[in-house]
Amino acid sequence: MIGTLSKPSGLVYSTVIVLLLIAPVVISLMEHSFYLDLLTRILILTIAVVSLNLIVGYGGMISLGHAAYLGIGAYSVGIPSYYEVFNGYIHLGLAIGGSALFALVTGIICLRTRGLYFILITLAFTQMLYYTFVSIEEYGADDGLVIYQRSEFGGLLDIENANTLYYAVLVVLLLSLYLMHRLIHARYGKVLFGSKHNDERMQSLGYNTYQYKLSCYVISGTLCGIAGFFLGNFTNYISPEMMDWTHSGELIFMMVIGGTGAVLGPVLGTATFLFLEEFLSSITVYWHLIFGLLLIALVMFGKGGLHGLLSRMDRRWEKSQ
Amino acid sequence: MMLEVKGLHKQFGGIHASRDINLVVEKHGVHAIIGPNGAGKTTLIAQLSGALKPDAGRLRFDNTDITHMSRHRRAHAGLVRSFQITSIILPMSVLENVMLAVQSTEGHSYRFWAPVSQDAELKEKAMQSLSEVGLGNRADQMAGEISHGEQRQLEIAMALALKPKLLLLDEPMAGMSKEESANMIELLKQLKGETTILLVEHDMDAVFSLADTTSVLVNGHIIATGSTDEIRNNAEVQKAYLGD
Ligand SMILES: Nc1ncnc2c1ncn2[C@@H]1O[C@H](COP(=O)(O)OP(=O)(O)OP(=O)(O)O)[C@@H](O)[C@H]1O
Ligand SMILES: [Mg+2]
Repeated sequence: MIGTLSKPSGLVYSTVIVLLLIAPVVISLMEHSFYLDLLTRILILTIAVVSLNLIVGYGGMISLGHAAYLGIGAYSVGIPSYYEVFNGYIHLGLAIGGSALFALVTGIICLRTRGLYFILITLAFTQMLYYTFVSIEEYGADDGLVIYQRSEFGGLLDIENANTLYYAVLVVLLLSLYLMHRLIHARYGKVLFGSKHNDERMQSLGYNTYQYKLSCYVISGTLCGIAGFFLGNFTNYISPEMMDWTHSGELIFMMVIGGTGAVLGPVLGTATFLFLEEFLSSITVYWHLIFGLLLIALVMFGKGGLHGLLSRMDRRWEKSQ
Repeated sequence: MMLEVKGLHKQFGGIHASRDINLVVEKHGVHAIIGPNGAGKTTLIAQLSGALKPDAGRLRFDNTDITHMSRHRRAHAGLVRSFQITSIILPMSVLENVMLAVQSTEGHSYRFWAPVSQDAELKEKAMQSLSEVGLGNRADQMAGEISHGEQRQLEIAMALALKPKLLLLDEPMAGMSKEESANMIELLKQLKGETTILLVEHDMDAVFSLADTTSVLVNGHIIATGSTDEIRNNAEVQKAYLGD
């Protein structure tokens, strides 16, 4: 997955992973808990971007509604907590079941369309969910709900502790990256890749591409639901705003910046996006403008995103050997 | 009988691309379909393979009614097509393209873990199909980077890897050089013994050297079916097609 350590890409990725592993220790020495929050947020959203990358980068299905699953995952923590059910297995079960179901039902319909229509329908379904939660007064409507206590996992895991939450998210992220790596090189991934590039041909070869895409869509939604579960726990707060379409758009940006279709791209893309946002907003109130221009530049000139850049450096490095 | 087409109709707006097509393809040998540009040959192939839905008519393949069978099921049943306009997966290697075809014959592909690149058996079977069409030495090149003629061969290799009972070939020689065409004709002659072929082709020399039976399609309708000699000497055919 990472390749040779001495290659530029290997060097960057392994450094990033080592930094992520030791970050909580360093941060606690510096006593800057703000940075741990930022990193946790990055990791959680990276899981979401990994899931988006699966359907876009491998399945060729561009979704502008992925924030729905962040919302479903977060509400799976918030609603039970509202009824004083704090059992984390129930929360996680609901997040997984709920997002898988939502992906299945919406996927069955979305996948009957293509291209722009597909994008618009994914957006429409998420907007429907958004307005549904806006209209439920019981769960705070527009304002959402505060989560007073994080999911409980018996004595096994205490995610009230910021470091524990961080490591739990990191483990899930690394597992999902490894899963993606295996998946895309396995038979399943080859079928997805084939139908992304030539669906007609794949059907003529005997593949029910609709089913393969649908299953991919469900896997992706479920993984993003897990990210939502962490997001709810992390922010201690849920609101329909989490499902706003701008967040779906941000996930796409993060993916594109990292490099669509590259297994490790989401790590670079999400981190770059959130660090930039944090940094720029701290130096000027006009940061949105600069941020927007930077994003445009990255998308226009950084073909293949940051991962693409690293691959080009790898090739140059190989030649020089 | 391998395939039976009854009363097939297909209209695109005002264009009647298939009108009351009746056709029987016997087991073994080559059945050619000839006809001028725009006669409806590709439209017929598309309906046989399930890519297009007929407006009316029935299809029987290998003793099963397949009129409403989906495209991917037909492929598994042994009804396999190649495309007039090369249809391969360009950003994959030549070998990987054929491996996808082989993979399709080995049950479902909901396998998430084992890397395909280490599947020696899959590779070997794919290599066999590649060697059969003479592309063995191109295995590791990207499908988008080989010559047009080679892409046509790859197209056939993918179809062959599915072990078809009936191979629907839509102008396999289109755009090939003389030499490549000659090689393709040789290949089809070999295949003749193993599988049934429905061949759509413009090149008359190819048709007359390969076909056991030939049907002539003009304006969406089959105006004659017969042996090569019969077709050659058929006055109506000469007027409609061979004359020009
Ligand atoms: N999808 C479509 N929509 C509208 N018209 C179509 C469509 N496909 C084919 N046609 C029309 O139907 C007629 C038959 O086309 P088809 O491609 O089957 O002919 P063909 O015999 O394969 O021709 P060629 O020798 O040029 O390959 C043509 O007039 C064509 O323009
Ligand atoms: Mg044609």
